[in-house]
Amino acid sequence: MSTATTSGPPRLDEKISHRADTTFRTLATASGLFILVTLAFVAIFLTAESVPAFTANPEDLPGGEGFLAYAGPLLFGTVWAAALAMIVAVPLSIGIALFISHYAPRKLAEALGYVIDLLAAIPSVVYGLWGIAVFAPALTGFYQWLAENLSFIPFFAGPASATGRTILTAGLVLAIMILPIMTAFNRSAFLQTPRLHEEAALALGATRWEMIRMTVFPYARSSIIAGSMLGLGRALGETMAVAMVLSTSGGLITFNLISSANPSTIAANIALQFPESSGVAVNTLVATGLVLFIVTFGVNFIARWIVSRRAEFSGAN
Amino acid sequence: MTLSTRPPAPAPAERTIDIVQPSLPRSFTLGMLGVAVVLGVVAYLVLDNYVAVGAAILLGYLVPVYLASRLRESKRKATDRFWTAVMTAAFVIAVTPLISLLVTVITEGAARFDVEFFTSDMRGVVGEGGGALHAIIGTFMITLLAAAISIPVGIMTGIYLVEYGRGPLARGVTFLVDVMTGIPSIVAGLFAFALFAFIVGPQYRSGFLGSVALTVLMIPTVVRATEEMLKLVPNELREASYALGVQKWRTITRVVIPTALAGIVTGVVLAIARVIGETAPLLLTAGFTTTVNWNPFEGRMTALPVFSYYQYVTPGFPPEPGFERSWTAALVLVIIVLGLNLFARWVAVTFAPKKS
Repeated sequence: MSTATTSGPPRLDEKISHRADTTFRTLATASGLFILVTLAFVAIFLTAESVPAFTANPEDLPGGEGFLAYAGPLLFGTVWAAALAMIVAVPLSIGIALFISHYAPRKLAEALGYVIDLLAAIPSVVYGLWGIAVFAPALTGFYQWLAENLSFIPFFAGPASATGRTILTAGLVLAIMILPIMTAFNRSAFLQTPRLHEEAALALGATRWEMIRMTVFPYARSSIIAGSMLGLGRALGETMAVAMVLSTSGGLITFNLISSANPSTIAANIALQFPESSGVAVNTLVATGLVLFIVTFGVNFIARWIVSRRAEFSGAN
Repeated sequence: MTLSTRPPAPAPAERTIDIVQPSLPRSFTLGMLGVAVVLGVVAYLVLDNYVAVGAAILLGYLVPVYLASRLRESKRKATDRFWTAVMTAAFVIAVTPLISLLVTVITEGAARFDVEFFTSDMRGVVGEGGGALHAIIGTFMITLLAAAISIPVGIMTGIYLVEYGRGPLARGVTFLVDVMTGIPSIVAGLFAFALFAFIVGPQYRSGFLGSVALTVLMIPTVVRATEEMLKLVPNELREASYALGVQKWRTITRVVIPTALAGIVTGVVLAIARVIGETAPLLLTAGFTTTVNWNPFEGRMTALPVFSYYQYVTPGFPPEPGFERSWTAALVLVIIVLGLNLFARWVAVTFAPKKS
């Protein structure tokens, strides 16, 4: 019986499998092309839908003063909220990652790392709910105190928001949201520090902190920067948490951190305005989305560039 | 008895060189921690301000321990203690809100975690009662459709990149997948809207439109997972297969993929978990309705995150039942997402190929 399988007409069989091989190859390549086409579509359709916002009479746009006057404060709010989030999240994520990788007991560290990964998966709407119901009210006392004692600093000019729904709260919620992803990134970088470097430092009598400063940080520096850029990309594009937490008033540019009149962010503004918009207002929102796309694209591009540069020159592999 | 001939051991007196640095007793640091906590409680009672509590605890511990260590140990040791405390504090500061979040979702969500929530929709509901059946169905249909498009495309692209991809096309695809990973979810929603505004018309809203938006978010995750896993498959396996005269596509489908399957499944499940909680793109594309809609191509379709959002921002009057529905929807969402994550981990651990 076994001869039957080998003595069949080989040419036909070969032909069929050769065709299958080509088909499979074509399918795989087509999938790759599909991604290329999809992204081209994203760019083309976003641009096409936003053109009317630039060509229309400026008075017809929301706000009535043209696209730049509308998008400017939103872009400012986006960058400002993300910057606040980064100021908090970058040092914290380095601290947590170091705590997990170099301070916590080994067994505990593994569990903690896993919990951090889980937290990265919690949907943003849940962070939004928590931010508006728990976090913002918890901060009102602090804002009140800032407004009473530090109001000579422009950031804390006040009047303090009674609900706590300020841009600082939004920035802090963003920081909490991007912490898990940045921590995971930093932690894996810290763990890749060559063990021998660390042990050599310790053997020379370095304290744990000196060991970290001499071996871990130099090794992980570019990873920290890249991870932070990825976190920044997320913070810039995060929508629901900001939309729910931030109390806004349109067209405002202010550095006041604790009042209830804040600039909105591009993403939050789209989510809030889009369902009720029609006509050229929709085009305007799509155009702001295009601006956001370009900004996040730039940030991610730089992050990837840093990562790839490190891969080439680190000599670790 | 030979021992008795030895001279008596010299008393450990001034002449021995002390090679062990003096160090702070553990009881001192723990004691200072206790003092700091008391300070925190006082700060809370006086200032009623959580930030002050944190600052009081941190400073109440850091300053005395640093100074004591500086005096008794050394400057280097003091710096080390300082940073150890800072790292631990960073961890506690970061974990506190995350624990608070989980506790709040569970306690607030438990109120309406009942049968009615899972068996009824919001048709004609004013005030109490009602449920999220339509939203749960919507979430599953939208996510299933998105997965049905993303998984084949994503896996095939991963195969292309690892097994076939050479030259500028492969480099371009790798780069674009990276770019896609960073697309904000709201932009994905806008893209799906703009695409269908062009094809069908700007008023078109449907579950399928939402699926297209989620596909844009899901594909890069699946590609990345597949790529990483296929790269882990040893080349010897491929070469052994080729040496037996097996065609390339058969090698891939029969040898490479089965080896990497556990990892790929894990990646796919994590990708689903990532998109199932997306709110913003669905807000723009799938819209909002109060009744069950079984047709993803026609009519608006509510997803669970969107339901949670709308129940909170437009709760009706009185607002409490709306808030409760919103929290319960959030709880269900968290359970789904964490469940998917645990499942993915289970797959990864259980079906991982044995290491040789």
